[in-house]
Amino acid sequence: MISTHQNWTPLLGRLGLDAIPHEPIVIGTFVMVCLGGLALVAALTYFKLWGYLWKEWFTSVDHKKIGIMYMVLGLVMFLRGFADAIMIRSQQVLGFNGSDGYLNSHHFDQVFTAHGVIMIFFVAMPFVTGLMNYIVPLQIGARDVSFPFLNNFSFWMTVGGAVLVMASLFIGEFARTGWLAYPPLSGLAYSPDVGVDYYIWSLQVAGVGTTLSGVNLIATIIKLRAPGMTLMRMPVFTWTALITNVLIVISFPVLTVVLALLGLDRTFHTNFFTNDFGGSAMLYVNLIWIWGHPEVYILVLPIFGVFSEVVSTFCSKRLFGYSSMVYATVVIGILSYIVWLHHFFTMGSGASVNSFFGITTMVISIPTGAKMFNWLFTMYRGRIRYELPMMWTVAFMLTFVIGGMTGVMMAVPPADFVLHNSVFLIAHFHNVIIGGVVFGVFAAINYWWPKAFGYKLNEFWGKVSFWCWVVGFWVAFTPLYILGLMGVTRRMRVFDDPSLQIWYGIAFLGALLIAAGIGAMLVQFAVSIWKREEYKDESGDLWNGRTLEWATSSPPPEYNFAFTPKIHDLDAWADIKKKGVARPVDGFRPILMPRSTWAGIVLAGIATVCGFALIWQIWWLAVAALVGLVLTAIVHTFNYDRTFHIPAEHIAEVEAARTAQLAALNKGADA
Amino acid sequence: MSTAELTGQYYDLHEHDHPEGGSTMLGFWLYLMSDCLIFGMLFATFGVLGGNYAGGPGPKALFDLPLVAVNTAMLLFSSITYGFAMIAMQNGKKNAVLLWLAVTGLFGATFLGIELYEFNHLIHEGAGPQRSAFLSAFFTLVGTHGLHVTFGTIWLVTLMVQLAKHGLTAANQRRVMCLSMFWHFLDVVWIGVFTFVYLMGVLR
Repeated sequence: MISTHQNWTPLLGRLGLDAIPHEPIVIGTFVMVCLGGLALVAALTYFKLWGYLWKEWFTSVDHKKIGIMYMVLGLVMFLRGFADAIMIRSQQVLGFNGSDGYLNSHHFDQVFTAHGVIMIFFVAMPFVTGLMNYIVPLQIGARDVSFPFLNNFSFWMTVGGAVLVMASLFIGEFARTGWLAYPPLSGLAYSPDVGVDYYIWSLQVAGVGTTLSGVNLIATIIKLRAPGMTLMRMPVFTWTALITNVLIVISFPVLTVVLALLGLDRTFHTNFFTNDFGGSAMLYVNLIWIWGHPEVYILVLPIFGVFSEVVSTFCSKRLFGYSSMVYATVVIGILSYIVWLHHFFTMGSGASVNSFFGITTMVISIPTGAKMFNWLFTMYRGRIRYELPMMWTVAFMLTFVIGGMTGVMMAVPPADFVLHNSVFLIAHFHNVIIGGVVFGVFAAINYWWPKAFGYKLNEFWGKVSFWCWVVGFWVAFTPLYILGLMGVTRRMRVFDDPSLQIWYGIAFLGALLIAAGIGAMLVQFAVSIWKREEYKDESGDLWNGRTLEWATSSPPPEYNFAFTPKIHDLDAWADIKKKGVARPVDGFRPILMPRSTWAGIVLAGIATVCGFALIWQIWWLAVAALVGLVLTAIVHTFNYDRTFHIPAEHIAEVEAARTAQLAALNKGADA
Repeated sequence: MSTAELTGQYYDLHEHDHPEGGSTMLGFWLYLMSDCLIFGMLFATFGVLGGNYAGGPGPKALFDLPLVAVNTAMLLFSSITYGFAMIAMQNGKKNAVLLWLAVTGLFGATFLGIELYEFNHLIHEGAGPQRSAFLSAFFTLVGTHGLHVTFGTIWLVTLMVQLAKHGLTAANQRRVMCLSMFWHFLDVVWIGVFTFVYLMGVLR
């Protein structure tokens, strides 16, 4: 437990006044954040919202509320991650002709590391987890997830990780290693400060949440499906969620181990990844990509599910090739585990190993291609309605296919030797992650927002956002393909060759267009909230949906379904509508539901404090937090009273209101 | 078909409460498998780094096989006594369950004691986790297992208090089942450690 740091004190560990940054940019941001935070706290206090938030949201175990909180977390962190992006783009356009730009290397390296870490772990992951949380129980006709308390805890652990990343902005610094923190650079010898420790512990805290939410959703999908919903009658989104969560449970433990070993190297001077005493940095690179490659499919598979739902809904058709879609998803899940080495063909594993991984990588494009054709054939002769979700879907198909093809290019090992670590790679993975995951999340938000809140999103601003995003994406990343082919490497801060500046200028313009797209999206949300009465949807099924979430009112009641539906066909809700099944209006029974609990947020809070203490090596606090964590968990297990009945009268009341709402709607339609 | 009949076909109109904990066993299995992967990765790391002595001592010089064999026996016995606790639970004998759990806990604590003695001894011989990649991997794999046993023991004590307080309720029986799976799982992992780390290490 000895620290090599000179300024280590028993009370504060490595933490001292020098940890507060002195650079004007950071101080400015710090002041802004403090003022914003104070304003938020003051507003919440003034409007007396703390009690409401605590009771109705923070301690809630309702999967719908937790899903929405995940989306809010993703959105907030998205703004942070994008701020990093625009800093990278502007620095790279300025750093020419002997100019140093406005970011020194110490700062710039942190910015690109934070950008990657935040966008993957605290934007894309919360977005897809939030969607799965909200939609899956509704789609399978369940009333909540299998382990509602665990769900709340998982969410707050993810928040805890995000808090640690954000704290690194103002207390100490973040890693300067790139988003996967390869040793030996991330080892103690070359990164002696707290940056990498922030990286390790923020991901460890969030990773616990992710793994447990994976366990939770698998159990939910396996155990809580409505009667009659066989596996091959599950909606495609639920199928992709199942495979995604299997991938999460099989891959996140690997990340946990590899980060723990790096942490041991850094804190206790072990020799896993060091250059001497028998350590192997290559082991780290292998292990982290054994997690890292499945991770990209964890992000994109649920999004494939979103597109499948959107395409079949907006073409008013059953999805073409349902079973091939399911098999393609499973095959992608399996293949995602045997391609990891394509991330480091240049490491020198030899021709046969490289060929194996090159071929498996190319093979993955087959099931993905099958999906693409299924979507196209669903659209073929469909009555396509170009609402916003469908527009995002078409933009995805065009963009993602090109991103996929540049990926196959790099799957050829000799080509990869040329393109490795160039900005061509950056263009490729932004092409698939923005074109896939980000577009898909926007499709999902536009598609399911009316379900979650009971009113539609504004179309005009949605379209402005759409065009800015799609055009902005291509303007921002096409130059990187070109630069990459010229051999420009990634993570550069300044450039010697002035002829490159024009391309970075164009890329910067693209980033500005994307910024306009984000702005338009925020306006879209604001306008829609403002005019929510005007955009109201009373039917609960405004898109003429096909799956069970559209069978409920919008927003759904806390118990989701007064009576559990029985499933006779794929697209259960379309089936119910076709058969003209009348909604049951009496004979309600009390429903057993899980109780809210303080335990999730408190445990995650203590875990975050523990992480902070470990980062700064404040040992007394770390031990105290660990003991507190165990004791609090034990206290929680002494609570056996975790469920309650919603009385039948209450359900009858809610359902009667719904019956009246639907009757009024029908009357309006007849008149 | 009448409207009411059709509705009855598509909605479960006579639904009863689903008993709590229907997913618990599956969920716990899933968690155990994720934990199994943690050990899998640590085994793999040991497999890659296990021969990198960096000029320091190797397994032959360090491992005291008879001691480790005794330790293995402690853990195996604890699994048997946990099995007895499960049988007692099925017969509804609360006190017998408590007794067998206590015996299991004692075996677990003895195991941990011997392991700590071994670690202490190695470190004093200058073969601590910082000495070589082999020793880093050894201490981490065996230590992670030991940490699991520690948490298992804390859980066991907590559960005994809960059993004493609330008896063999359905919720408590589920908890005893979960801890049983956890405990046997750690036993299986230890078999792997004993074979691949200690026995094959000495052969190396």
